[in-house]
Amino acid sequence: MSTIAGPSAPAGADERLMRTSPLRRLLGRPELGSVVGAAAVFIFFSIVADSFLRASSFGTVLYAASTIGIMAAPVALLMIGGEFDLSAGVLVTSSALISSMFSYQMTANVWVGVFVSLLVTLAIGAFNGFMLTRTKLPSFIITLGTFLMLTGLNLGFTKLISGTVSTKAIGDMEGFDSARKVFASQWTIGGVEFKVTILWWAVLVAIATWILLRTRFGNWIFAVGGEADAARAVGVPVIRTKIGLYLGVAFAAWVSGQHLLFSFDVVQSGEGVGNELIYIIAAVIGGCLITGGYGSAIGSAVGAFIFGMTSKGIVYAEWNPDWFKFFLGAMLLLATLLNAWVRKRAEATK
Amino acid sequence: MARVRTGVRAMGAVLAAVLGASLVGCSSTGGKRAEERAARAAAEGRAAVDTPRWTFAMVTHSGDGDTFWDIVQRGAEQAAVKDNIKFLYSHNDEAQQQAQLVQAAIDQKVDGLIVTLAKPDAMKDVVTKATKAGIPVITVNSGSAESKRFGALTHIGQDESIAGEAVGEELNARGRKKALCILHEQGNVGHEQRCAGAKKTFDGQMQNLYVEGTNMPDVQASIEAKLQADKNIDAVVTLGAPFADAAVKAKKTAGSKAEIDTFDLNAKVATALQDKTLGFAVDQQPYLQGYEAVDLLWLHRYNGNVLGGGRPVLTGPQIITSKDAAELAQYTKRGTR
Repeated sequence: MSTIAGPSAPAGADERLMRTSPLRRLLGRPELGSVVGAAAVFIFFSIVADSFLRASSFGTVLYAASTIGIMAAPVALLMIGGEFDLSAGVLVTSSALISSMFSYQMTANVWVGVFVSLLVTLAIGAFNGFMLTRTKLPSFIITLGTFLMLTGLNLGFTKLISGTVSTKAIGDMEGFDSARKVFASQWTIGGVEFKVTILWWAVLVAIATWILLRTRFGNWIFAVGGEADAARAVGVPVIRTKIGLYLGVAFAAWVSGQHLLFSFDVVQSGEGVGNELIYIIAAVIGGCLITGGYGSAIGSAVGAFIFGMTSKGIVYAEWNPDWFKFFLGAMLLLATLLNAWVRKRAEATK
Repeated sequence: MARVRTGVRAMGAVLAAVLGASLVGCSSTGGKRAEERAARAAAEGRAAVDTPRWTFAMVTHSGDGDTFWDIVQRGAEQAAVKDNIKFLYSHNDEAQQQAQLVQAAIDQKVDGLIVTLAKPDAMKDVVTKATKAGIPVITVNSGSAESKRFGALTHIGQDESIAGEAVGEELNARGRKKALCILHEQGNVGHEQRCAGAKKTFDGQMQNLYVEGTNMPDVQASIEAKLQADKNIDAVVTLGAPFADAAVKAKKTAGSKAEIDTFDLNAKVATALQDKTLGFAVDQQPYLQGYEAVDLLWLHRYNGNVLGGGRPVLTGPQIITSKDAAELAQYTKRGTR
C-alpha cells in the first residue's frame, strides 16, 4: 500500500498498474488474518459455552466490543501513521468528567457541557500532536507524559470541584434525556438489546475506512507512517497529518466519554487507566503494524470484536476469571502470528 | 546440534538437582504438606441439602489478585458446596466492565445474583434489570444506601462510615493526637467514607494520604516520606491488610514512633497484632459476606426467607487487638479470616 513515488518505471511494466486476481487482492488485505482469528474464537466459544450463542448474549458481546472498537478505529489510523497514543484511555474519563462537572457547576443545559467537553478533548489531542511535531520526541514519551498528567488532573480537579472522587449526579438536569438518547440509548430488536454505541462504532469504522482508502488524507497517513522523511520530500504535510490523527483519537475519546457519563450518570475519576493498551491490542490483532505504514480500520473492528467475544466468552464458559489475562495475551500473540503468516503468504505469491 | 544437546543435558542436571534437594532437605514444619494435612483433616465438601442444583453468580468490583476478595470468594464457595449450588465468580475494577459482567450473568439466566455496589450509579440499570427478570439479588460489601432502591433483597456488609467512626473512637481511647489515613485506591467512595468517619470522631488531627495501591514499594516510600516530614504523627491507619505491613516497614526506616493500625485482617496482620507491631485491626469479616450472601440466596429460593428486615445486615466493624489475635491467627493462615 505504499504510495511513495519512486523513479518512474518504463511504461507498461509498472507494477502499480498490474492486474491482480480478486483472490490475491483478498489475501493481501491487512484484516484477513484477524477475520480468520475471529471466526476461530467464535466457533470455539460456541462449542464450550452454552449461553454464548443466545441472542441476548450476542447483544452483550457486541456492546463490549463497541466500547473498545469506537476507540480502536482512530487508534488504528494513528498507528498506521506511525504513532502511539498512551493517553487515550484516561482521555475518555477526562472527557466524561469535563462534561459532567461543567454542566453541574454552571447549572447549564447538559448539552453545553457536552460541547465544552468536545472542545477541551480536541485541545488535548491537538496538544499531543503539536508537542510531537514540535519536539521531535517519540510519541511514546509524549503521550506517556500526557497520560500521567491527565490521570492526575482527573483526580485533582474532581476532588477540588466535587469534594469527592466521583462527580455529582446530573440525571435531573435539562438536556440529560436527549443526550442520553444520543450517547447511551438502547433498542430492543426481537428481544435482544442493542446499545447505541454499536451504531457509533459502525459509523466511525466506516468513516475511518473511507478516509483511509478513498481520500488524499488517507494516502498521507500511509505515507507518514511508512517513511515520514520521504513523504515530506514529496510534499505530504506531515505535521498536519499527525495532528489530524490525534484529533481523531480525541474525537472518539469524547464519544466514549459521553457514553460513560450518560449511561452511568456519575463518573469515577480514577478509571480508564490501562485501556489505552487494549485499544492498541485491538488494532494490532486487526493487522496494524507497530512500526506504522500498514493496517486497516476494519481490522481494528474485528480486533475489538475478538476482544469482546473473549472477555465475555470466558464468563459464559464459566471459567475461572483468574486466567482471563493469560488467555488474552496468548490470543494476541496467536492473532499477530497468524497475521504475519498470512501477509507473508500473500506477498510471496505476488 | 551439539549445542542443543548440551542444553538439554544441562536442563536435566538442574532438574535432578532440584528434585534431589527437595527430597533430602525436608522441612518438618509448615509448607505444602502441612497445608494438605490440614485440608484432609477439615470436613470433606459435600452438600448438606437435597435442593436442586441452582446456579448463583457473584460479580465484584475487585481488581486482580486481591486478598480480601479471595476470602469473600472462599466463604461463598464453602456455602455453595454445602447448599448444593453451582457458584460462578467474576470481577472487574472498571464500572463499565463490571456492569457488562452482571449483564452476562443475566444472559446466563442464573438463579441468584450477588453484586457489590462500589460504583452504584453504574450498576443501577443492570441490577434493576436482573430483579425485573426475576433473579433475586443480594448486594454485599458496598452500597448499603442503594441496595434497597435497586430492588435487592438484602445488603450484607459493613457500613464504612460507622467503621471509620469506630476507628476514631479507638484512637481516642489510645490517647493519639495526630493520625494519618492512608488511601490506597483513589476513586473508592467507601475508602473516603472510612477516613471521613474516623476524622469525625477523632479528637486529634487527621490527615489523608493517597498512595498507589498497586505498587507496594511506592506505598512504603510515600508513607516514609510523610513520617519523615512530620515527626508528630503518632498513628497511621491503613485501609487494607497488605498495606499495614508496608506502613510498619516505613515506620522503621523513618524512625517514627507512630502506632500502625489497619482495616481488615490477614495472616501477617494477625501475627503483627500478637507481637504488638500493630495496635489494632478493624475487621469486617469478608468470609461472612461471601458465605451469608450465598446462604441467604439459598434460603430465599428454598424457603422465601429474607434477612435484615429491610435494613443492611452488618458484618463489622469488629475491633481486634492483641488479645483476640492468637485465636484468629490459625483462621487467617487457612485463608478464611
